[in-house]
Amino acid sequence: MKLTWRWIGVIATTGALAAVLATAIALLSASRHPPQAETAAGPGGPFQLITQSGAELSNEDLKGAPFAIFFGFTHCPEVCPTTLWELSETLKRMGPDADKLKTIFVSLDPARDTPEMLKTYLQSFDPRIIGLTGNEDDITAVAKAYKVFWRKVPTESGDYTLDHTAIVYLMNGSGEYVGALAYHEDADKALAKMQRLVAGKTP
Amino acid sequence: MSSFLPRRAWSASAPLYLFRSLEEKLGLVALAIGMIFASAQTVLAHDTTVESLTVSQPWSRATPGGAKVASGYLVIRNTGDQPDRLIAATSGISGRTEIHEMAVKDGVMTMRPLADGLTVPAKGEIVLKPGSYHLMFVDLKSGLQEGEPFQAQLTFEKAGSVALTFDVRAIGASDAGDPAGHGTSTGHVKSTRH
Ligand SMILES: [Cu+2]
Repeated sequence: MKLTWRWIGVIATTGALAAVLATAIALLSASRHPPQAETAAGPGGPFQLITQSGAELSNEDLKGAPFAIFFGFTHCPEVCPTTLWELSETLKRMGPDADKLKTIFVSLDPARDTPEMLKTYLQSFDPRIIGLTGNEDDITAVAKAYKVFWRKVPTESGDYTLDHTAIVYLMNGSGEYVGALAYHEDADKALAKMQRLVAGKTP
Repeated sequence: MSSFLPRRAWSASAPLYLFRSLEEKLGLVALAIGMIFASAQTVLAHDTTVESLTVSQPWSRATPGGAKVASGYLVIRNTGDQPDRLIAATSGISGRTEIHEMAVKDGVMTMRPLADGLTVPAKGEIVLKPGSYHLMFVDLKSGLQEGEPFQAQLTFEKAGSVALTFDVRAIGASDAGDPAGHGTSTGHVKSTRH
């Protein structure tokens, strides 16, 4: 009797484990073969934000042209000014090719980075760089779409700073992620990647 | 026998154990104090010395338009036998000056204020540089312009306070540069982390 119950227990447990395993395999294969041909869930997606001159700009407006997009905030002491400066230098070195792509800086700190603030800030960099801000929800949505990590970190006297992703995403004319510039990417390598991006090649 | 020898002229770098008598030790201390006062008067390139600490190459970068923050970099060398600690910094250019650590890891920049300051190890150094420890000037009163230096004061737990002049380099500068102005410096001092 006891033995029988023990066997029933073993069989039930094995069955449950098999069911869990089967479900896991089904889920995994489903995620590997998504039903729709979505761009393998890479960074990118729709957005509608406000530029430094107060105009609306959406992903639809960017269709047809590749773009380099970077997320940060103006209260950033090093990574953001350095990246914007390096992007400005790269655009300068690209010559006329630089007009074949858009370079975008999205604020992750819309509470402090108004369009006016972005306008003043970006005057120190290449005038072709587009600054984007918006309301908290729109910024949260675009950052999630681009798989950007960011977190508010409180500092002294009620102030805060942001931890954030420090890479530049390179997107093709269809708004698909095709490559990235690392923080402080070697200037020549960054130039080569941007040139391949405008040439329609994989950076 | 040795105590009857005439007092020799000491070299400033002679270690303390070479001097046996109390008078010699006291004399050395007096000389050391004298040197501290003397060095406080001397502006030797970009080095500033206070007690056993030497602070060199304080620099910062020009800030973009409307920017409210700037970072400050420098090297602190400690020739003493005791560690010291950078506990505070102030400057007329900012509402607040904090001591921070930042890093870029796996594509993410993180930055934290160091509540306990920054330890300068005995017989060692600490380097405040881009991508690492830095001073953070918060709530800037006006933007920093390339070539327009500014003053700041550091406070150490043991050595006390020291006033510094920060060079302001271009927005994209990545190091302190060559003080003599001959091209770009490539020499980086290795950071000692504790
Ligand atoms: Cu940043």
